[in-house]
Amino acid sequence: MSTTTDRAQTSATAPPPRHDVVRVTVPRRSFNSELRAIRIVWRRELIRFRADRIRIATSLVQPLLFLFVLGAGLQGLARAGTHGVELKTFIYPGILCIAVMFTAMFSAASIVWDREFGFLREMMVAPVRRSSIVIGKCLGGATVAGFQGVIVICLAGLVHVPYAPLLILGIFGLQLLLAFSITAFGVMIAVRIKQMQSFMGVMQMVVMPMFFISGALFPVSGLPGWLAVLNRLDPLTYAVDPMRRLVFQHLNFSPLARHALDPGVTWWGWHVPGLLEAGVIAALGLVMLGIAIWEFSATE
Amino acid sequence: MSASHTNGNVAAAITVNDLVKTYGEVEAVRGVNFEVATGEVFGFLGPNGAGKTTTINMLCTLAKPSSGSATVAGHDVVRERDDVRRNIGLVFQDPTLDGYLTAQQNLKLHAELYGVQSSLVARRMQEVMEMVGLWERKDSPVATFSGGMRRRLEIARGLMHSPRVLFLDEPTIGLDPQTRRSIWTYIGELKEREEITIFMTTHYMDEAEWCDRIAIMDHGQIVALDAPETLKAQIGRDRVTIHTDDDQATIAALREKFEIEAVIAEGAVTFGVPGGEQFVPRLFAELGIPIRSVNVSRPTLDDVFMSHTGTTIRDAEEDQSKHRNRVMMQMMTGGRR
Repeated sequence: MSTTTDRAQTSATAPPPRHDVVRVTVPRRSFNSELRAIRIVWRRELIRFRADRIRIATSLVQPLLFLFVLGAGLQGLARAGTHGVELKTFIYPGILCIAVMFTAMFSAASIVWDREFGFLREMMVAPVRRSSIVIGKCLGGATVAGFQGVIVICLAGLVHVPYAPLLILGIFGLQLLLAFSITAFGVMIAVRIKQMQSFMGVMQMVVMPMFFISGALFPVSGLPGWLAVLNRLDPLTYAVDPMRRLVFQHLNFSPLARHALDPGVTWWGWHVPGLLEAGVIAALGLVMLGIAIWEFSATE
Repeated sequence: MSASHTNGNVAAAITVNDLVKTYGEVEAVRGVNFEVATGEVFGFLGPNGAGKTTTINMLCTLAKPSSGSATVAGHDVVRERDDVRRNIGLVFQDPTLDGYLTAQQNLKLHAELYGVQSSLVARRMQEVMEMVGLWERKDSPVATFSGGMRRRLEIARGLMHSPRVLFLDEPTIGLDPQTRRSIWTYIGELKEREEITIFMTTHYMDEAEWCDRIAIMDHGQIVALDAPETLKAQIGRDRVTIHTDDDQATIAALREKFEIEAVIAEGAVTFGVPGGEQFVPRLFAELGIPIRSVNVSRPTLDDVFMSHTGTTIRDAEEDQSKHRNRVMMQMMTGGRR
């Protein structure tokens, strides 16, 4: 079976010299090997994102449309109620959230692609915990979505949100948390879905309502009862609200504007502090990560 | 069927005891037994739907056996799943590469998932890629590779962590004859270079000739198991195929005049007879039915398959797909109960 002639000759006279085959061994599973698995799954998401420049560009179109077309177009209509605050400044936190959310969901969708194109099997048969794969995926999706968020954060100046270090840091942290939780949510759904079309359908069904109900486009006080209930149940509410508060704290608005546009989320009349809101996002993210791991481990 | 022809001194790479897998009411694998010796190239032969892939999935820990047991590289496939996984390489029937990544990135990812020592990854990667002739293309995205190149890369990847047993599920399916041949060259070379056991499935009879031993599988059971040459020698008869004007009358006449049981396979009357060439003149003289053409051939694995299953592999596959279509139709036309 030799392909080269000189090997064929040697084997005719004497037993062929044993090649110095590089023999590697696969160690038993350990904490370190799991960390390596998490890291490589995470890195794969980054490599894929970098290779997909079109995705980076197109995912910017939507926030730009919302901010500048919707923001500028409705400005005149909204002037009466905004007390001098520009509409695009008001909706900026919500738009940042939706940009992060879409990217996170798309990253999670890669599990469905992986299943369709077979790559998932390569990971499923590896001698690593399924949880490592899920954690790597979620961290990868969070990083990619967080990167998308940073691009939108860079646009802050265009909608008159100042680049104050504390403000930027706060928004950055919140959007990263959101990115992780939404990826976990997406992975939880993606593990159960076999086809990309179905995933896209579910995504439209879930993401748009979450966005509209969250108060990204309107203040959360004085809503009709049913909408107020839905709003408090929507996880995205707890990302938009503290971000908006941060923005408003760094701008000089009249108390009237503050009261009307940044009323804050209340539970039975009690103002939910920003830190608790961040905690809600984190807790939901961890719960969904847990469910995703459990589901993923149960599949044969 | 005694399956333990293996040398007692050599530890078995794979042992399988009464392995069964059922999906609902369907018995995909119905109690198979065999052993594969270390260093052997062992082939699983049978039509699509015979249970080959299900068996391989159980051995690779991708499916849980309904009953029975199996060990691979000395580890139980159910209780020591991770130990099995550390010691096996897999090349699936369907591609499992990431097209976005380069060839090198795909192998690197594999090495990281398997925890291969970092200091050896680069050397091992070059070695396996050179073996399949893809080292020059290491930085190309896999999306730009042809089907044959992808399969070669998958074989290289399956070897990245120096597995003790390499599973190949239909490694040459859908490839052109030239690529198929080159893949077999790699497999032969591999056997020479590394201490490795190869377990593969195929439904190409000619490829089974490359195996040290083959098991023929049909309807979830092993119907024959031995070296290809031994299996062919056991037949002891040549295969005669004749085209006539009246096949049914021919079959009846063969039974009556020569005491030969013939069947219709792939559209021709087919039977086995010792000394085929000497038999043909008698056939013309005594059959009494006009014969349009005759073909006599030495036993092939096809004949082995036929003698054990009563059908050729191609006919068996057509039956399978007919059956599948029937089931599909039932499902679609409201087989609601």
